Amino acid sequence: MTQANDQMYEEAMQIKVLYFASLKELFGRSEEQLSAEGVSTVDDVWKLVSKGYDVSHQVLYSINQEYAQADALVKAGDEVAFFPPVTGG
Amino acid sequence: MVKITGIAFDPWEELSSFQTAMKREGEYGACANFVGTMRDMNEGDVVNGMFLEHYPGMTEKHLEKIVQAAKEQWDILETLVIHRVGELLPNDPIVLVAVWSAHRKDAFEASRFIMEDLKSKAPFWKKESLESTGQTAEKNRWVEKNTSGY
Repeated sequence: MTQANDQMYEEAMQIKVLYFASLKELFGRSEEQLSAEGVSTVDDVWKLVSKGYDVSHQVLYSINQEYAQADALVKAGDEVAFFPPVTGG
Repeated sequence: MVKITGIAFDPWEELSSFQTAMKREGEYGACANFVGTMRDMNEGDVVNGMFLEHYPGMTEKHLEKIVQAAKEQWDILETLVIHRVGELLPNDPIVLVAVWSAHRKDAFEASRFIMEDLKSKAPFWKKESLESTGQTAEKNRWVEKNTSGY
């Protein structure tokens, strides 16, 4: 396998994780890539990324830009997002 | 039509030009619209400005989904939803929801439905800049929750 192929393979095994509003500020980042290995549900991802942080408010989950329940399954290539209750309008 | 804009907009001009462009004269007998505007006061504090964050991609998709759900439930001819993002000042329009239908029941109910769903589910977040008082310096505060309009 060439180096370019290796890189493509690794990217394909990743989950893209986005944070918004107060969560983005708390974590000090708006997005990151995580390995999909050993991760089954969106709540598994949340537990992984929020470890060590004190999140005092409700957190909403989305997968591929659709709201998701905590037990929804995630796979490599998915875009997962975590954010606080919405306050638009 | 669903539109997210980072630039200040005039809801009355948007309504007027959209209604002219949609070319449904004679078909609609009702247009219900809601305009949400930024206040200069919240929870007892003077608010000088506000930052409106959104989730590019998901926000537009979600608004389209709300409009589609309204179209399935009511007899609607046209809809227009505009939402502002970025830096806002008091008195800036934040949101416009307009629904055209043959009769008022559909326009009233569908516009209410779209607006309430937008407030409770569309991914937008407000951060207020509060004026400093004698005791406190100017600070920023995330709005924590929207209350139900029903």
